[in-house]
Amino acid sequence: MKRSAALAALLAGSLLLGACGKADEDKATDDTTNSADGAADGAVKAAWIYVGPTTDGGWTTAHDNGRKAVEEALGDKVETTFKENIPEGPEVAAVIEDLVKDGNKIIFATSFGFGDAMKAAAEKHPDVKFEHATGIPNDIKNFGTYFGAGEESLYLSGMAAGAATKTGTIGFVAPFPIPEVIRHINAYALGVQSVNPDAVVKVVWVNSWFDPTVERQSAESLIAGGADVIANGGDSPAPGEAAKAAGVAWTGYDSDQSKDFAEVWLTAAIYDWGPYYTKQVQSVIDGDWAKGDYYGNIADGFTDLAPFGSRVDADTKAKIEAKKQEIIDGTFNVFGGPIMDQAGTEKAAEGEAVDFGEQMSMAWFVKGVDGNPEGN
Amino acid sequence: MNSNLFIVIAASAVFYGTPLLFAAMGEVLTERSGVLNLGVEGMMLLGAVAASYISNTASGPGWLVLVLCLLGAMGAAACGALIHAFAVITLRVNQTVSGLALTILAGGAGLSSYLANIWELKDPATHQFGKLDVFGLKDLPILGPVIFHQTMLTYLSWVLVVASTWYLFRTRAGLGLRAVGESPQTADSMGINVVRTRYTHTLVGGMFAGIAGAAYSLTIVPTWVDGMTSGAGWIAIALVIFGFWRPDLTMVGAYLFGALQGLAPTLQARGVDIPSAVLKSLPYLVTVVVLVIMSSGSAKRRLGAPAALGIPYEREER
Repeated sequence: MKRSAALAALLAGSLLLGACGKADEDKATDDTTNSADGAADGAVKAAWIYVGPTTDGGWTTAHDNGRKAVEEALGDKVETTFKENIPEGPEVAAVIEDLVKDGNKIIFATSFGFGDAMKAAAEKHPDVKFEHATGIPNDIKNFGTYFGAGEESLYLSGMAAGAATKTGTIGFVAPFPIPEVIRHINAYALGVQSVNPDAVVKVVWVNSWFDPTVERQSAESLIAGGADVIANGGDSPAPGEAAKAAGVAWTGYDSDQSKDFAEVWLTAAIYDWGPYYTKQVQSVIDGDWAKGDYYGNIADGFTDLAPFGSRVDADTKAKIEAKKQEIIDGTFNVFGGPIMDQAGTEKAAEGEAVDFGEQMSMAWFVKGVDGNPEGN
Repeated sequence: MNSNLFIVIAASAVFYGTPLLFAAMGEVLTERSGVLNLGVEGMMLLGAVAASYISNTASGPGWLVLVLCLLGAMGAAACGALIHAFAVITLRVNQTVSGLALTILAGGAGLSSYLANIWELKDPATHQFGKLDVFGLKDLPILGPVIFHQTMLTYLSWVLVVASTWYLFRTRAGLGLRAVGESPQTADSMGINVVRTRYTHTLVGGMFAGIAGAAYSLTIVPTWVDGMTSGAGWIAIALVIFGFWRPDLTMVGAYLFGALQGLAPTLQARGVDIPSAVLKSLPYLVTVVVLVIMSSGSAKRRLGAPAALGIPYEREER
């Protein structure tokens, strides 16, 4: 008798615990910034779906800064909402449904793995605009994609790394073996080689966008293997921590960490999502939103380079600035030939360039990259 | 010499094994009293978030802040342990379910993330446990990087391994604790307060888990990250079995698992082409194997599991 009473108490207790936890989570993730229902008349509702926490100090923080820029620019004409820590799985479909039900007219999803659910929702709700960062171009008329030519900035940060290395070995802590990441590593390696032709970029795959422990371990093992500059393509600053502990230089990715990592910081490829978000939300307000596959670049100000650290010398800074200007002017193409792959096969001849389609499906490493493009 | 593959792996085994060791040692003490606490992962996350918060907000000399961080981490995790203790010792509910609930509450459902959110934890911890150069011996061949170039937490864990082994097997209180875990009825009739013993050791186990969490947020990933312990709490629970409920053997297991965790990136960086998915799953694979072996009652007894582990104690049922 006593036992069954205890069991009942346990069940009730664990349900209660579960419920509390759930409520907390809702509080944490369901953060409607302007008041939910008392919205000003005519305000357009816009929503963002993030794969990580807004405090990750990298990818998601950058997107959330973009959302804040929208609020800043459009004031009470817009009402923004965000959902953070949404896993790339079946959950996202329910999150999108909720957002549509809440009356959001434009929904931005900021991780590759949200693609399938976004596509399904776009087909189901033709009156809502869907936008997918890093997504695959498609033919659904209310489903756009957007991203930036990070390779341009990565080439430039590679130049800083090439000038900084003394051992001639640069370690790259890479997330997943997908075209986007391979393209970035290649651009980085080409930047390295432009100032230091014999330097090698060694790649270790983490197989996650965000696994700080493994990212740090990967950086440490690269350093132990002789790398004296560390680069990363994932979302956490953990490789920078490893670099800091070992006193070697670091080029980050998609966030400016120059303050917290002053001793080791070189620079980083960064994205500024704000202007694009503002433009898209504005077009929904004006009623002239049109589907597109936006690919921003340095010339647009969509991608850029974070401030240089003290380890970058004046000569290198000048070289990088000059190269950046050439990219802006359109006189320099990061993937302009001659470009060889690891086996020495020519991928682009002198005077030609790797074409855009090939760049978007890249599955090979350029010469001078030490690693397996199929992952590991 | 010291960049030799084996030495690099040994050094990282100790570094990454340290939080496992703390958490597993705490669980050894808890389980020795007959309480199974599957909430280790959740308690670690509570410890990690508390340590991160204190590190970024407390002011004062660095060493003092770090001590406060550890105390805060221990306190936060002990609060989690207290929920479990109350549920399973006082209310006598199923220990497995209560422990799971604790991990879900603190980790999966997001209490730790919620706290991190309202505390706005996003910068690297201001005060961290850095690697020390003990007696200036960090470059000593072989032993230098493994033994003399670790963080203060590693040295603290060594002291605690010795202390808790001594406590368990050489003191009267330790004997009482083991008696409670083996046969609470007998212990009760000998005049040992079963409830108090179980409460104390569940809370102490929580405190150890808190330090383990702080090892993540102040050393390994010195920035708060949701779910940063990524399953280490479960490995710690398996380690208790692996170490036959003895702190000294648990230490061996912790470093073995630490080595397995670091193996994937290390081998990749050396150009060894073994799929990293295989290497990364090794610690969990070993965990599953250990749990399967231990699932039979007779094996458990032979390997030294406390006989009353997981069984609520009710006086009137004598």
